[in-house]
Amino acid sequence: MKQTRLLMGMPITVEIVDATATDDIFKEVYDYFIHIDGVFSTYKSTSEISAINHAAKPRDEWSEEMNMVFLLAEETKQATGGYFDIKKPDGSYDPSGLVKGWAIWNAAQLLQKRGYKNFYVDAGGDIQPRGRNIEGGKWSVGIKNPWNANETIKVVFVTNEGVATSGTYIRGEHIYNPKTGAAANEIASLTVIGPNIYEADRFATAAFAMGKNAIHFIESLAGFEGYMIDNDKVATMTTGFEKYTQQ
Amino acid sequence: MKADIAKYIVGAVIVVAFVAYLIFSNKNSQNVIATNPASSGVTATDGTTITAATTAGTPPPTSGSSTTTAGQYKDGTYTGPVADAFYGNLQVVAVIQGGKLADVQFTQYPKDNGHSQQVSATALPILKQEAITAQNAQVNVVSGATQDSQAFEQSLSAALAQAQ
Repeated sequence: MKQTRLLMGMPITVEIVDATATDDIFKEVYDYFIHIDGVFSTYKSTSEISAINHAAKPRDEWSEEMNMVFLLAEETKQATGGYFDIKKPDGSYDPSGLVKGWAIWNAAQLLQKRGYKNFYVDAGGDIQPRGRNIEGGKWSVGIKNPWNANETIKVVFVTNEGVATSGTYIRGEHIYNPKTGAAANEIASLTVIGPNIYEADRFATAAFAMGKNAIHFIESLAGFEGYMIDNDKVATMTTGFEKYTQQ
Repeated sequence: MKADIAKYIVGAVIVVAFVAYLIFSNKNSQNVIATNPASSGVTATDGTTITAATTAGTPPPTSGSSTTTAGQYKDGTYTGPVADAFYGNLQVVAVIQGGKLADVQFTQYPKDNGHSQQVSATALPILKQEAITAQNAQVNVVSGATQDSQAFEQSLSAALAQAQ
């Protein structure tokens, strides 16, 4: 059973292989994403994060989820040498870079708690699988061509690992640096396979900002593998990446 | 007691005279104000002083003037903290002109100086590379980017926070 809904500005797909899947469980998962969007969306004036950004909510009144996300954000900032920061230049907070992976992970935990063993949750190309696909094999995950959204340029096979991709296809003039061409302009996409989607997503996001160093950052992390595509259309992979290319 | 009162009076006279001198100077010469370094420049964290676009003594800019802070940030050059890029340090300098981010420079970047380059060449593991090619295989699900320019913004945020 597979359903897709457009939420939080991206398609969210849930596929459950287990025969016991019901419409209700899909509803429960999508309701969770709707709830998360209502709390953390910086585009919604009624969200808790908007209230915080408008100084309309003192810290001691924050929800438990908000406190958790800020705690995780601080921890991630430390773990990435400051490359991951939810505080924006104007002083406001935008935790969306962290919330996405965290919410996918929580949704997968919810499915597991309800007894499902074989499924995946995909929110905008960041994926948390569990168990096996409908053929009883590993889940096959295609890595999208950064220059052609309809084309897959690599396939990895996973069971419980999270797969996240960070990328930039937009060159706004404010991020173009003619002098060095360094950092984010050097690479087109970075796919990270990690112990779960929360871990994979936060390190993919932070590493992407490091330019070509990104793949070495992922290489330095135990339990993570990466596939980086630079603007010359050359891919660089971590030393253990190829174990995921076998079915 | 008497001596103390005398001291206060002398002190008060000196203070009043000094204040009067300052008021007089300011009234007759704008340069006195304009030379105050605190209002005319921004000192970057590496010690180099850069010039801000708007200095004291300049008439207030009219709307549409490109030298004023029209955007989100104050004009100047702001140096972010040195970040550990795992085999060398990385440091970002954000240049703000007309209130907008005009350039990003790297004062420290592993490949930019000879020493780091040498260190990088010996310390980095050699990672396998391949040209990307289209795959025909059917897959269960596809991984790709959705949040486009967010990552680079994150690397800059520390430097830009100073430009507020």
